Amino acid sequence: MFDNLSGRLEGIVKKIRGKGRLTEADVDEVMSEIRTALLEADVNVTVVRSVCNRIREHAIGATRSNALDPGQQVIKAVNDELTRALGGETLSITYNSKPPTVILMAGLQGSGKTTNSAKLASWFKSQGRQPLLVGADLQRPAAVAQLRTLGAQIDVPVFSNPEDPILTAAAGLEEAKRLGRDVLIVDTAGRLSIDAHMMDQVRLISGAVDPDYTFLVIDAMTGQDAVQTAEAFHEMLRIDGVILSKLDGDARGGAALSVKEVIGRPIAFASTGEKISEFEQFHPDRMAGRILGMGDMLTLIEQAERAFEQDQAEQAAAKLMEGQFTLDDFLEQMQQLKKMGSLSSIMSMMPGVPKELKNAQIDDDALKPIEAMITSMTAEERAFPKIIKGSRRARIAVGSGTTVSDVNKLVKQFDEMQKMMKKMGVMGGGGKKGKKGGSKRLPPGMDFNPGNLDMSGLPGSPGIPGIPGVQR
Amino acid sequence: MVMGAVEILLLVLIAAVLVFGIGVVVLNRRRADGSATPDAPLTRPAAPPPKSGDVKVGTILEQRGETAVLDGQESEVDPRSEPVSLRERLTKARSTFAGAIAGVLGRTGITDESFDDLEEALLRADVGVGISDELLESLRARVAAKEIAEPTELLDALAVEMKTRLAGSDRSLNFADRAECEPNVWVFVGVNGVGKTTTIGKLSKQQIDEGRSVLLAAGDTFRAAAAEQLGTWAERSGSEFVRGAEGGDPSSIVFDGVESAASKNIDLVMADTAGRLHTKTNLMEELKKVRRVAEKGAGQVTETLLVIDATTGQNGLSQAREFNEATDVTGVVLTKLDGSAKGGIVFAIETELGIPVKLVGIGETISDLIPFDPNDFVDALLAH
Repeated sequence: MFDNLSGRLEGIVKKIRGKGRLTEADVDEVMSEIRTALLEADVNVTVVRSVCNRIREHAIGATRSNALDPGQQVIKAVNDELTRALGGETLSITYNSKPPTVILMAGLQGSGKTTNSAKLASWFKSQGRQPLLVGADLQRPAAVAQLRTLGAQIDVPVFSNPEDPILTAAAGLEEAKRLGRDVLIVDTAGRLSIDAHMMDQVRLISGAVDPDYTFLVIDAMTGQDAVQTAEAFHEMLRIDGVILSKLDGDARGGAALSVKEVIGRPIAFASTGEKISEFEQFHPDRMAGRILGMGDMLTLIEQAERAFEQDQAEQAAAKLMEGQFTLDDFLEQMQQLKKMGSLSSIMSMMPGVPKELKNAQIDDDALKPIEAMITSMTAEERAFPKIIKGSRRARIAVGSGTTVSDVNKLVKQFDEMQKMMKKMGVMGGGGKKGKKGGSKRLPPGMDFNPGNLDMSGLPGSPGIPGIPGVQR
Repeated sequence: MVMGAVEILLLVLIAAVLVFGIGVVVLNRRRADGSATPDAPLTRPAAPPPKSGDVKVGTILEQRGETAVLDGQESEVDPRSEPVSLRERLTKARSTFAGAIAGVLGRTGITDESFDDLEEALLRADVGVGISDELLESLRARVAAKEIAEPTELLDALAVEMKTRLAGSDRSLNFADRAECEPNVWVFVGVNGVGKTTTIGKLSKQQIDEGRSVLLAAGDTFRAAAAEQLGTWAERSGSEFVRGAEGGDPSSIVFDGVESAASKNIDLVMADTAGRLHTKTNLMEELKKVRRVAEKGAGQVTETLLVIDATTGQNGLSQAREFNEATDVTGVVLTKLDGSAKGGIVFAIETELGIPVKLVGIGETISDLIPFDPNDFVDALLAH
């Protein structure tokens, strides 16, 4: 598991906190950590060099302003620079006045071209268009069958011809005109950028259909080679945009930055799952945070949304704030968390989690004794843990297969946490009571900006710097 | 049971609940404000895409002196020809890395820049920061101790160090005797798009050429037309083939495949599974079940091969870790090494997790699978 950037910078930031300004040496140290973080995130070595030079300028600039917290300012500068590097011009589809608008899909083997061709077709449909898919991958066994199956799922026609990829593409274009389809998406075979014969083939396919948009599909887990691939495809085809696939994994995705830096074309779409609907506009701010290892906050939140009942999560947060979070609630939330994936992968996504926590071998089995203890408690004990003394503790220990001292620890830690959370709630929100009518809700006027929360109460945590992307 | 974990877990979980809860609230506020949802159409028509292929000033294209050399006529490999060596197939990928290494060798002595160049070469090969640092540290010490003086010696020393670390692993494919085990089951696992199905196609042909009978079980019941794809390979290699309906239970297909092989006295079952990201708990649970069920009946799982794409970056190590935990991986197949990627991540997988790389995929045709040779691999990685 990679340390996130905040964890990395912990030591440096502690030193920096006391100072009003950063020296060049401080900036050097910070930049070194950032460089390592970017390399671990698979950003290409040469790209890291140029990006770091730019970040350094900003970082030094940030410290010259009389910022109260230079450490946070530096991290913010880094994040801003990456967001800018990943973003910039948004790709928008300008439809050809003479339909169809032709899209060509290109990339390495296994990058996700076929799946994303279908996703793109589905997306165009949602925009009110009538796409036609062309299966010009005659190389991979059953590639066209795959596309046909996907096409059937989304009710988009698929055209292919077993003869030859170039002829198929050309014939597909004619077919689109004949059928009056206004968008044509040509799926091609995966190919190595250094395979001259295959690169030539895709050039010819492109020539045959004269695409309005050529998309390069890049797997988010690609390493240093992303640069080589992007350059070669761009040189051969003139890429208009990039589709980043398999973002639902935990790859940091530095390839996105490498590709953007090297060919300068926008990352248009992000594919976030195997289902056709898991396809969205690319968010540079979220990607920046992810690459930096600062935790992909919004993705985490969205994942949580899917796993958590919205209402429950809101209520839980409200309860936490008011110190009314019970062991029952805790148990429930733990169970919800489990749905989201392994604890260690969730942790890897969270920003501000101190290094010690990450390195402590958090294994999902460690949850079991806690769950066991809570379920061994009576409803009353869960609601009012303070009554858990003496024989109750013994009973719970026996019932859950733990020791009395374990039960003690659980109760004590939980109590301390409740107090701390209540304190934070008061700081963050002003402690207004919820609406009447039973359910606890955060009052409409209250806006929590996690960036303002001082998480320094958590041992070892340097605090959460301005979390990217979460703004008013 | 480490109970220190209690307090740690509480911290994490409560922080998590806090974060999620707040996050959800904030997100709701944003959505209520009418800000863009992910489904909104893209805004602002942009200028038509530029049609020139100009090199942008100040970008990496300008900085790099080396350009990728695209080979001229690439001859089709005759499937009946001699097995191609890794070195030959990787020659065309060398040129892009020549730059860093040439820098080292071009100097008269060993300087800081020499180490910078070596670091660059290792990083570009996806060896990773941690391991690169480690390898170079030991070299630095030796240079300081005057054990190494010349650039060529430096490069040699690095190669030797890496080869040493990869030496001594058993890279043979486990196959238990008919008397003990009938049939052998080899399970193929990995994330999406790495080349599991294609590898099975190639390996089944090899095994058949060596005189074994093989059955392919289409355990990927998720991906559209996955069974058709494997079926094509079965035809090409001359293997038996078992599949089920799309969307069916992968474990039952594998079980059926093994039973069928047992009844027909087939030596070896190769079980394909659906690509899955190692972060998806439910899918990993499904995979664990497939692995268990694969030897529930007549057969015995003698190999669980993790297929890793050579273009994968540092995430490959996480993949290996998670798949290993779920299914006890016995070996790695490194695919697509005929491309420009160096596959350096397997160095970490071997040295940190002790999982040996057994096979290398070097193309899309049926004969493009060779045994992993650590010395060839290191030489190719360093353009040595």
